[in-house]
This record gives sequence, structure tokens and C-alpha cells, in this order.
Amino acid sequence: MNLLRTLEVSLLFWCCVALTFPVLAQQTDSAEQDAPPELVALAADSYADKGEAIQALIASGHPRTRTWLTALLDGKLQRLEDSGRFVIVTDNSGRDWTVIDAVDDAPLGEVSRRNIDRITINNALRNQLRSAMAVLDLDAPTVQERLVSADRLLGKVDGNLVGPLAARLDAEENPAVREKLAQALAIHRLQSGDGAAVNAAIDTLSGSLNPAMRAALNGVAAGEGEAAEAARRALASIEQKLKLNRAAETLYFGLSLGSVLVLAAIGLAITFGVMGVINMAHGELIMLGAYTTWMMQQLLPGQPGLALILSIPAGFLVAAIAGIIIERSVIRFLKGRPLETLLATFGVSLILQQLVRTLISPLNRTVVTPEWMSGSLVINEALSLTLNRLYVLGFALVVFAGLMLVMRRTRLGLEVRAVTQNRAMARAMGIRATRVDIMTFALGSGVAGLAGVALSQLTNVGPNLGQSYIIDSFMVVVFGGVGNLWGTLVAGMSLGVINQVLEPWAGAILAKIIVLVFIILFIQKRPRGLFPQKGRAAEG
Amino acid sequence: MHWLAKPATERNTQVFIGVLTAALVAVCLLNLLLPAGHPLHVSTYTVTLLGKYLCYALLAVAVDLVWGYLGILSLGHGAFFALGGYAMGMYLMRQIGDRGVYGDPLLPDFMVFLNWESLPWYWHGFDMAWFAFLMVLLAPGLLALVFGFLAFRSRVTGVYLSIITQALTFALMLAFFRNEMGFGGNNGLTDFKELLTFDLSADSTRLGLFVASGIALGLGYWLCRAIVSSKLGRVCVASRDAEARTRFLGYRVERVQLFVFVVSAMLAGVAGALYVPQVGIINPSVFSPLFSIEIVVWVALGGRAMLYGAVIGAILVNYAKTVFTGVMPDAWLFALGGLFVVATVMLPQGLAGLFAKRKRSTPAASAKGAKEATA
Repeated sequence: MNLLRTLEVSLLFWCCVALTFPVLAQQTDSAEQDAPPELVALAADSYADKGEAIQALIASGHPRTRTWLTALLDGKLQRLEDSGRFVIVTDNSGRDWTVIDAVDDAPLGEVSRRNIDRITINNALRNQLRSAMAVLDLDAPTVQERLVSADRLLGKVDGNLVGPLAARLDAEENPAVREKLAQALAIHRLQSGDGAAVNAAIDTLSGSLNPAMRAALNGVAAGEGEAAEAARRALASIEQKLKLNRAAETLYFGLSLGSVLVLAAIGLAITFGVMGVINMAHGELIMLGAYTTWMMQQLLPGQPGLALILSIPAGFLVAAIAGIIIERSVIRFLKGRPLETLLATFGVSLILQQLVRTLISPLNRTVVTPEWMSGSLVINEALSLTLNRLYVLGFALVVFAGLMLVMRRTRLGLEVRAVTQNRAMARAMGIRATRVDIMTFALGSGVAGLAGVALSQLTNVGPNLGQSYIIDSFMVVVFGGVGNLWGTLVAGMSLGVINQVLEPWAGAILAKIIVLVFIILFIQKRPRGLFPQKGRAAEG
Repeated sequence: MHWLAKPATERNTQVFIGVLTAALVAVCLLNLLLPAGHPLHVSTYTVTLLGKYLCYALLAVAVDLVWGYLGILSLGHGAFFALGGYAMGMYLMRQIGDRGVYGDPLLPDFMVFLNWESLPWYWHGFDMAWFAFLMVLLAPGLLALVFGFLAFRSRVTGVYLSIITQALTFALMLAFFRNEMGFGGNNGLTDFKELLTFDLSADSTRLGLFVASGIALGLGYWLCRAIVSSKLGRVCVASRDAEARTRFLGYRVERVQLFVFVVSAMLAGVAGALYVPQVGIINPSVFSPLFSIEIVVWVALGGRAMLYGAVIGAILVNYAKTVFTGVMPDAWLFALGGLFVVATVMLPQGLAGLFAKRKRSTPAASAKGAKEATA
């Protein structure tokens, strides 16, 4: 009987429960006491409590931790005043804000702004949140993302993070990420710990180039004792490494400047060095190449990369044709009168400059750098190489190699050398000297055009572009030894490096002046340049 | 006969000095005697303009001396001109005294502006006219001496010399553009008040400067004629046409070259010194390679190795420049560029060569010999 009674009651109860469940469920869902305890803790009154709640949340491993913390950091995690329900604001414009449920993302429509209670945070909490999220990001699937978040933790680790970080360090498999994590932990130990921990930390940090680590080491090195000693040693080794990197950077910039000089001068090495024609309009042929690039980009809008590649042959052709016109109309009348050639071609250069000013514009034109050429190649934290300069460096070497091949291995090269050494004899052997003259001059001019295409990626394209390179180019050719392509390469590269080495302590302009004076004095000492021509070629 | 008196017997020197004197007197009379509205009146503005041309003419004579008679194409003579100009400019700056914008009795305005405490050492002495005028000669002269000594000793000639002279003036331009150099940087020296107690803005001073430029041109011309018609001048021409042979004959070619080069630089310096008070400013653009090479084209157009040709060329080209830049500024560089080409390709002996009937030893006539010598 008793048993039956109990059964009856319980059955009734369960029926009731079953009947009222939908209603009840809805009620409990919105009821305060049923909100996740982690969220309730986050809404604590004091910032200290909130901080602890954040730690607790991370420790709990709750699946929505990330969503909530992001929302909290952005100030989007809020609470409805009437129901106490936690929501995330998705659109906070206007009077009514669109919100979704913080627990299950269910859209809740628009809610009056007045009805929303914001969970506030302060800057300390913000920092804590950011570090905490970085730790969370360490779970990201790709190595790249993990590296970025580990990098963000450098110098930001505090006592609360040590535990989770150490755990991550054990679980991490990628050596790069492991190193970063170890460094992040080491910085923390440096700043807080003592004794063995500090020494171990210094060992971990020595040799790293990151500024955050140097700052941490500096802090320790300022103190006394064994640890400070070790820190100073570590700093010295870092300084050594930095110096090496700076030297590498200077060398790179020097070679880059040198490659520009070589490009600008190599065409001149053909026309002046090999043919003996002083072409003061050489700079303007470079300018024409640069303007060809600009023109190509105007013709092919939206495809700067393709336009740039097409401008390589186009720039060569334009400059070569201009060169042929100059040779036929002016230079051939002045054979054997180098000083007059110099003056006449200078006149041509003035005309070309003014032509560009009148026809296009006296203002500089922008040439777009294609995407695959912008950005830089990061070697390490202290050294990154800009890609466009790297490309130009490579281009200069390719052009140089190409010219070498033409001069050494082709029929044209042979004829050019024959005509320059002994014109009459070459003609007697059946070489058409006039044709060789035209071809050589076109070749040298075309290479100037190529230089222009490359320069358009590094400097402004304007009517004065050529003028700024003409003196430098002549200096390079004369310094390297007239008629010697290798000399031009070596001279251009070394002048570039010398210039960059001098620049830090002399300033850009003074460095240039010093280099000019150096060349002037050098020519007095060795009038035929670094690599003077020997034998019969020297007598021509 | 003394070598300095020799030009007096030459027909072309007599004509040149006569024409120059007549022109100076005529301009002075037309400026002073005729009222401002008269069609033949020469305004003070024109007088200053003509004075500027005369300075350029002297500069062209200096270039012709080295290019025409020595065969050295200097593309850096603008540097010597500018150094003379800067020496004069420094004197004029010191003369401003406390009348500058900042009213500092010792420091020029630009130094006060740059917060300089004291006068740099190389500015001392420029308050004395004699010292400044000496420096007008010495500054370009010394530069030419050092540069020429190094260059001629190692037998740097021809195109190489042209290119390094261009590099020299380019380097100096970069240097003078720097504020730290203490020469006013980009803006140069300007805002001059008086020269030897004469007010620079007064008409009479301007006329006086014009006459002084004319006299300087006449004396410079005379000196150059005296040099080229002396025995030294014959060695010059010989070394121009066949340097190696002259050397083998026992002449110290490099010493001759150095001497003439230094004289030419000093003449250029004097031209610069007279130019600055008339134009009222000196800035680093005078060092620009373009200006130096422009001088050469004046000479080329007028005619090489004929000193009066250089004068004609300088005056004609600069007159054309004044007209062109006033009427159609864009066309000037076309015209100048065209002049370079025409003067070298079609007028190898210049305008003067068109009129010169006598057969003479011009560089074009002996180009073959020159080529042989440089080989």
C-alpha cells in the first residue's frame, strides 16, 4: 500500500515534470542561477575578482572560453538587466542593439540599450586578457599562428601564465615555437626569479636578437652579482651578433646601390668604354627606359607585374632606337673628336629632358611596384632585405652576364672588338664598320633602357632621373677602367658599398662628396682605372 | 718687345679693345644723358644686364684660354667662377654689419638663423676689402693649382680630365648645398647692401660695376692675348696639337698647362666677383655641371681659339637666353640643346670662324695632329 502510494505520487510527479518541462526549461534558461558559473564570476564587482575569474575560466577549459574572452576584451560581453542573461552584442549602432546569447549563440533580436548592463574591464585586465588569449592561440592548428602568438607573449608573461605556458611548452612539437615559448618563460624568470632559474634563463636568452629580450637582460645586467655578470656576457654576445647583422645590412644596401650604379654604367661601358664615344645623353636613355615602364603600366592598368615584365624588352627597344637616332644624326659626324661629341650629346640630353617635360609632364610619375616585388625577405629579427632591391640586384647581374656573353661569345662582340682595336684593318677583313658602330651603340643604349626599367622600381620617374646618374656612371666606368666590363662591375659594386659604409657617420651628401674626391684622386694615381686595358686594345 | 705689350700691335686686339671701349662709352652716355622716356635710353636694368653679360664674356675668355689654346676642356670652370663669387659675397655679407634682419653686428643672418655662436674661422678677414679681393684671386687659383698639379702631373688629359673637372664642380655643389659648410646652404649669400661704401642699389653704382666689368674684360682679354702670343703661348698650342712631341722636344708641358690653367681659373674668379654684386646673389646652383658646360657652348658657338669668338658667343647665347626665358621659357632648353648640336656638328670653328678669312691654326684644322698626340 505504502509502496503503491509512493509509486503513484512519483508517477504523478514525473508526469507533471514532463508536462511542465517546456515551460520550466525556458524559465531556468533565463534564470540567473542557471547561467554558467564562469560567466557569473566574470561579472563580479571588483576587477581583482574578474581577473581571478578569467584565470579560472581558462583553467576550466570551457569550450566557449575563447568566444567569451574575445567578447569581453572588445566590450561586447554584456548582461541583460531584466533577465540576467549573458549576451554578446553584434551590432551596437542605434537605440536598439542586436544581441545573441552568450552560451549558445541563439539570436535574441534587438534589445533596448537601456536594458543592457555592460561588464567593464580596466587596462590591467585588458593586458591580462591579451596574454591569456595568446596562450589560448597556442592551441592553433598551424605552426605560423602558434609562432605569432608565442611572439606576442615575449615580455608579457606574468605569474598566472607560467603554469599554462609550461604545459604548452611540454606539449609543443615544433622547435621554433618551443624556442619562442622557452624565451617567453625565460624573460619572466629573469624579471622575477633568482639564482639558478635566472642563470638558466640567461642561457636561454643569450644569442637572441629580439628587443624584448634585450630589454629584460638589460634590466638584470644593471644589477649586481653573478646573474648580472652572466647577463652582461649574454648582452655582449647579442651585441656582437647585432653588429654582424648591421654589417650584413650595410653590405646589402651597398650592393644594392652598387647594382644600380652598375646598371646605369654598364651601357656606358659599352658606348664609352668599348667604342670610345662620350654619350652625355646616356642618362636620358635611362630616363626613357623608366618612362617606358610607366607607359606600359598606363596601357595595362591593373596588371603592374605583367607591364613591368613587358617593359624589359620594350624599354630596351625604345632606348636602343633612340640611341640609333642619336648615333646617326649627331655622333657619326664627330668621329675622332671626343670633346665635341661630349658637347653635342649633352645638347641632345637637354633636348630629350625638355621633350619629356613638354610631352608628358615636368612632375614625377609613379610607377607601381607589383605585389611580388614589394615587401621584404626576413632573415632574422634584426635583418630583413627589401625584395625590390633584391630583384634589381639580380637583374643587374643577369644584364651583366648577358652583356658579357654578347661581347665574348657572339659574332657581334667579336666584330665590335675588332673595329675598336683597328678600324681600318677590320674593314679590310670585310667587317662593315658602320653597321658595327650602329649595333654597338644600340646595344649600349638599350642596356641603358633596361637600367631605366629597373630604376623605375627604386626611385621617382621624372625628367631629371637621368641627370642624377650621368656623373656617377662616368665615375664608375673611369674608376673601373675604360673598356673593361669586369672593371665596371667591380667599380660599381665597391663604390656602392663604400658609399653605404661612409653614410652612417658622414651623412649621405658628405659620403657622396668623399667618394667623388676619392675617385678624382684615384684617377690621378691610376689614370687608366682599376683594371687598365693591356696590349693592343690599350693603344686604340 | 715686352710680352705684355705685344697685344697692342695686334690688329684684332686693337679692334676688340676699340669696340669694347666704344660700347662702354656709348652705354654710359645713353644711360646718363638721355631722359628715361627716350627710345635710345638705356635703362639701369639693361645696364646691369649688360654688365652680367660682360662677366660671362670674361668667363668665356678664361675657358677659351684653356680649351682653345691648351686643348683642355674644363667642365668645371663654373666652380672657379663661383669661388670668386663666394669670396666677393662673403665680403658683401660682412659689409651688411648690423643692418641684417636679425641685427647681429658680426654674424650674417643665415648663421644667426642656424643658431651659430661665432663666426667660422674662414669668414675672418673678409670684412677687409683688400683681403676679400685677394681671395677672389687666391681661392680659385689655389683650387686650380692643387687640382691641376695632380691632374697634369699624372697626365690626365682629354675626356678624362673633362669628366673629373665635372665631378669636381659637382662635388663642390653638393658641399655648398650643405648648411654646415657655412656658406648659406641652399639660399647662398644675398641681401647685400654696399660695396666699398657705395650703395649697391644706386644707379651710379650699377653703372660703375658695368664699367668695371668692361674694364676687367678688356684687361683679361689683353692678358690672354699676351699669353697666347708669347713664346709660352706657342708651347701651349704645340702641346694642344701634339702633346707627346712637345714633351720630347724638352718642354715641361705639365708646367705650362698648370700655369695657364691657374691664370684661367683666376680670371674666372674675377668674373664671378664682378657678377655677384650686379646680380645680388650667389648660390650653389652656379656650381652645377649644367652651368659649367653652358660656358663651354658659348665658346664653341663663338669659336674656339679665337678669344673674341668666346666674347661674341657668351653675349649672343646669354642674350638669347634672356629673350627666350622671357617669351617662351619651355623652348629655352630646346634652343640650348640645339645650339650644342649645331655648334659642334655644323660650326666646328664657331661663328667667328665664319668671318675669319685668314687661314690660321685652329683646333679643327689640326684635329688630326691632336688625335695622333692622344693616341
